[in-house]
Amino acid sequence: MNTVDLAATGVRELNRRLQLASDDPSEQSWLVINPKGAHAVAAGLTRPVRIQIDGHVGYYCAGMNQAAAVTIDGHCGTGIAENIMSGLVRVRGNASQSAGASGHGGLLVIEGNAGPRCGISMKGVDIVVGGKTGHMSGFMAQSGNLVVCGDAGHDLGDSIYEAAIYVGGSPASLGTDCVEKDMTPKHRSLLRDLLSRAGIEIDPDRFRRFGSARKLYHFRVDHADAY
Amino acid sequence: MGAVDPGRLRPSHTFPAHVLAEIHRAADQGVYEIRGFGTKRPLPGFDDLVFLGASMSRYPLEGYRERCDTGVTLGTRFASKPIHLKIPITIAGMSFGALGANAKEAIGRACTAMGTSSTTGDGGMTEEERQSSETLVYQLLPSRYGMNPDDLRRADAIEIVVGQGAKPGGGGVLLGQKITERVAGMRDLPEGIDQRSACRHPDWTGPDDLAIKIQELREITGWEKPIYVKIGASRPTYDAALAVKAGADVIVLDGMQGGTAATQDVFIENVGIPTLPALRQAVEALQALDVHRDVQLIVSGGIRSGADVGKALALGADAVSIGSAAMVALGCNKAVHVEDYRAIGTEPGYCHHCHTGRCPVGVTTQDPELEARLRPEQGARWLRNYLTAMVLELQTIARANGKSHVLNLEPEDLAALTVEAAAMAGIPLAGTDWIPGRG
Repeated sequence: MNTVDLAATGVRELNRRLQLASDDPSEQSWLVINPKGAHAVAAGLTRPVRIQIDGHVGYYCAGMNQAAAVTIDGHCGTGIAENIMSGLVRVRGNASQSAGASGHGGLLVIEGNAGPRCGISMKGVDIVVGGKTGHMSGFMAQSGNLVVCGDAGHDLGDSIYEAAIYVGGSPASLGTDCVEKDMTPKHRSLLRDLLSRAGIEIDPDRFRRFGSARKLYHFRVDHADAY
Repeated sequence: MGAVDPGRLRPSHTFPAHVLAEIHRAADQGVYEIRGFGTKRPLPGFDDLVFLGASMSRYPLEGYRERCDTGVTLGTRFASKPIHLKIPITIAGMSFGALGANAKEAIGRACTAMGTSSTTGDGGMTEEERQSSETLVYQLLPSRYGMNPDDLRRADAIEIVVGQGAKPGGGGVLLGQKITERVAGMRDLPEGIDQRSACRHPDWTGPDDLAIKIQELREITGWEKPIYVKIGASRPTYDAALAVKAGADVIVLDGMQGGTAATQDVFIENVGIPTLPALRQAVEALQALDVHRDVQLIVSGGIRSGADVGKALALGADAVSIGSAAMVALGCNKAVHVEDYRAIGTEPGYCHHCHTGRCPVGVTTQDPELEARLRPEQGARWLRNYLTAMVLELQTIARANGKSHVLNLEPEDLAALTVEAAAMAGIPLAGTDWIPGRG
């Protein structure tokens, strides 16, 4: 495993090395120490390298990730794995706001709690939160799955499109056009698989499913109160 | 019953015909009007300024014989690969979805031929525009539709869109009739729905966050690409300064006269300030920070001719951007297929029906039959001709003011024709040395 001391190299040099990592077996595993809240750590990766970050990171860690597996052994700031395309990003601690924002694919696991707007504008990513999420999570979520094992904050799934939200606890309130939907065997199976991939042990039967009522898909005067 | 005396038919200034019609429409439909194009109200603009030309104190350059250069370089502040344009006229961001693929390709071809840049838009980058446009600016918008790091890396510059002149503070709208299978697929949305773009970015708010966002984008693209920040004209004094603070290489300032594919009419006509005062305020903000010309300024919103370009440059812009005018060059509002204008309730010259997807000239449509009316080769030729004419006009004016490069035009070359324009542009009223508000 290659060890990079971020306090010594700086983010630019770290990211340059990670982005240029070759297929050589010696360049597949990386340990990053002393992140100390730095921003954009491990952003823009395109190769299936494994990276462990020992400590807390700032904004946009693993931003726009493609293929890489990034584990943060700490907490993270705003926009963890924003616009993730593929790969796996795991946060052992808590995540700040806008986790997985506009993610197009891959899997984001937050073992602790997530702040507001978790999964905002998500476009295909799967997000599993071991604890709670803040308000407006799943806002304008377009596709993909957001799994919240604990409680969800106010206005869950506001203006949601075709994404699915699973909540193991209870939502404080649902946002505009977000409604509870049937939990069918198909959805339970999908959820079981997601939890398994996330490595979180919890009974899928505890979960309720939420999604779009699709009433805002076309402008209608009868829905003016919702605009 | 006697005949009606036409002299007794006094129209109301407060309730002219178009206001009456709008109230009737609102009463009928119970929802705001959504339309395309841009503001239609009279506003102080570039027509309210004139160039002084040469005189005893400065001599002109000989037309066609003495050089008048037009090249500009954008992104010199932090990017390791600034972009070099042969002309200071770029094409503004217009989405695939709002425009058809043929229009996007025509724009790309024309820009490549002219040595300038085109810009993507909401919905991401299409292969057609990347292939056709040698210098392509990739927009990062609040919606993040089609946002892809691979496209980010193959762009020549990145434009973070904070706002748009036609709707500062608002997100876009693309009505269901334009959300075809391809458009829906690029945006990860169901086909045929009325699609609302977000008005705020999902993962940052404010200049401190923006600085970190810019750092992330630079990290993802190896600190190569110029990063633009596009702002709608609302508070340019502060917005330009904050964009500088956040680390922008280039500021794109879009005035109230800027166009839109579909927005609420009340937004288009009532939010934001005209290009003229916004440009002056942005330039003053850059000068106050001593970064004027180091952070380049691109201005858009109501640019139609080489004269407009020259006035914008004289006021301190480094380049301009055109959207609506480029569409007009492609045939927008041209008096052809008149029956199809009438079918959507309008006439050539009045059409602002981009939102319907039934563009009679094939520019703002996804309908294959309509889109076929705009052949990319023909559209590219029209736009290239128009840009060429604009550049010739610009050079004509620059030479007349004794300038060997169009960026040497300066405020002292201008005079204002109205008190309003003088105050807004900070240019003396013609025949005086008076700038309202400055003693």
